[in-house]
Amino acid sequence: MVKFNIKNLNIWFGQIHALKSVNVEIEANEILSIIGPSNSGKTSFLRMLNRLNDLHPEFKMSGWLEFDNEDIRKINIEDLRKRVGMVFALPLPLPLSIFDNIAYGVKMHGLKRRERVSEIVERSLKQAYLWDEVKDRLDVSAFKLSGGQQQRLCIARTLAVEPEVILFDEPCSGLDPISTAKVEEAMLKLKKDYTIVLVTNNVKQAARVGDRTAFFLSGELVELDKTEKIFTAPADQRTDGYIRGKFG
Amino acid sequence: MRNTQRTQKIAFFFLFLATLLIVIPVGMIVVIIFQKGIPAINWQFLSDIPRQGMRAGGIYPAIIGTLYLVLGAIIFALPIGLLAAIYLSEYAKDNLLNRIIKLAIVNLSGVPSVVYGLFGLALFVVFLKFGASILSGSLTLGIMILPIIITTSREALESVPQSFREVSLSLGASKWQTIRHIVLPNAIPGVLTGTILGLGRAAGETAPILFTVAAFYLPQLPKSIFDQAMALPYHLYVISTQVPNVDEKVRYGTALVLLTLVLFMNLVAIIIRYNFRKKKKW
Repeated sequence: MVKFNIKNLNIWFGQIHALKSVNVEIEANEILSIIGPSNSGKTSFLRMLNRLNDLHPEFKMSGWLEFDNEDIRKINIEDLRKRVGMVFALPLPLPLSIFDNIAYGVKMHGLKRRERVSEIVERSLKQAYLWDEVKDRLDVSAFKLSGGQQQRLCIARTLAVEPEVILFDEPCSGLDPISTAKVEEAMLKLKKDYTIVLVTNNVKQAARVGDRTAFFLSGELVELDKTEKIFTAPADQRTDGYIRGKFG
Repeated sequence: MRNTQRTQKIAFFFLFLATLLIVIPVGMIVVIIFQKGIPAINWQFLSDIPRQGMRAGGIYPAIIGTLYLVLGAIIFALPIGLLAAIYLSEYAKDNLLNRIIKLAIVNLSGVPSVVYGLFGLALFVVFLKFGASILSGSLTLGIMILPIIITTSREALESVPQSFREVSLSLGASKWQTIRHIVLPNAIPGVLTGTILGLGRAAGETAPILFTVAAFYLPQLPKSIFDQAMALPYHLYVISTQVPNVDEKVRYGTALVLLTLVLFMNLVAIIIRYNFRKKKKW
């Protein structure tokens, strides 16, 4: 099943042409890794999928972007963002307690019953492998957690609103290898129930977790194929050069 | 090498001197007012009406009048100022209308206070027929402190990291929910700072209340917001220039009460702000 169907997508931020004629289909329950040097448009692409680019005052787009066969601009924006969750590059807890961070989304969507909220918080923290570390101190500020714990908190917070798709924007860029391994483990387990789009600067990470990998360069989608194919026999020379670390 | 060090020392000396020059007048104002005003302070001075043509008795009606005026100004200016600040910081796009609005706010803060007084007289006292009253005075003072409250509140709102907004929105919260639950709670300390500044300014100004509310001599308390009232700054002006043979300590006593009142209001706001800051978690 195709989750996102993107045809001839162009976007601009003022004068900057950030994405050029991008065509992608994102399948349900796959992990799509997106690699590319900085300023290649990979994060801009990711932020199209939950319309976070709309916050930019000079954002313009053309082309076709469908989510579950529906024009993404016709879907109510809050519903879209509920269905397409996002984990940001830096761990970004809200200035609230651990519990309230996780509960924030569902509360905003109108869930009031305390027991139900507590259930969701516990389930989400377990899914993100954080429950055992924080179950005794749910009312402490989320800023008291370590960087790796904060990032898993952010994953749990995203899971709590039960999205269909999770967008990861360089989720391990600020984390040590052990925390990174934990986040990757969580991603692989989540694949069963969610569609995952992962933007990463770490080529090896793309190779480890991605079912398919896309390579972006200067706002263009250079190549998109099965991860083994991209990493063993890429069709485009530029992909080969980037993977071998010749540039970027 | 030695030359660099000497230059550095000279620079340090002048920088320090300039800073010191700011402290001295503030310190002296406080010391002189306290020294000359303390002898006047007693229970009667604080709780009695003025007697013998304001040469004796107390200043109770002026204290109450000032409190009413400040309270009225804040009740009027804080909600409007905060709402305007939210609009400007969260919703306003960069277009001509909003640039005009921002320009108007900057200019509003540059208007001399006596002009506010005349404006209040024309609009509230005469045109809207509120008469010289606490209502007219409060509204005039409110307009005067609006730009302070708007500017500081806007800065407070804009200093809340953009990433918090993005996280909240990305979880499917609406823009208003994001403002209500994430942006506003974290901006409150800054909003309070603006309110503190506004409070102090409203309590101390004479010109805006001159034509709109202040009574020369009114030995009773106001009964409604449509009554005139005495106010500390104007009372101080009156006993210092208009009434002959007022004992010096009465004048300084009045100044001391005004100063203490403003400091006390600031202190309350600072304590509230401190408690919010302590809760700040980033």
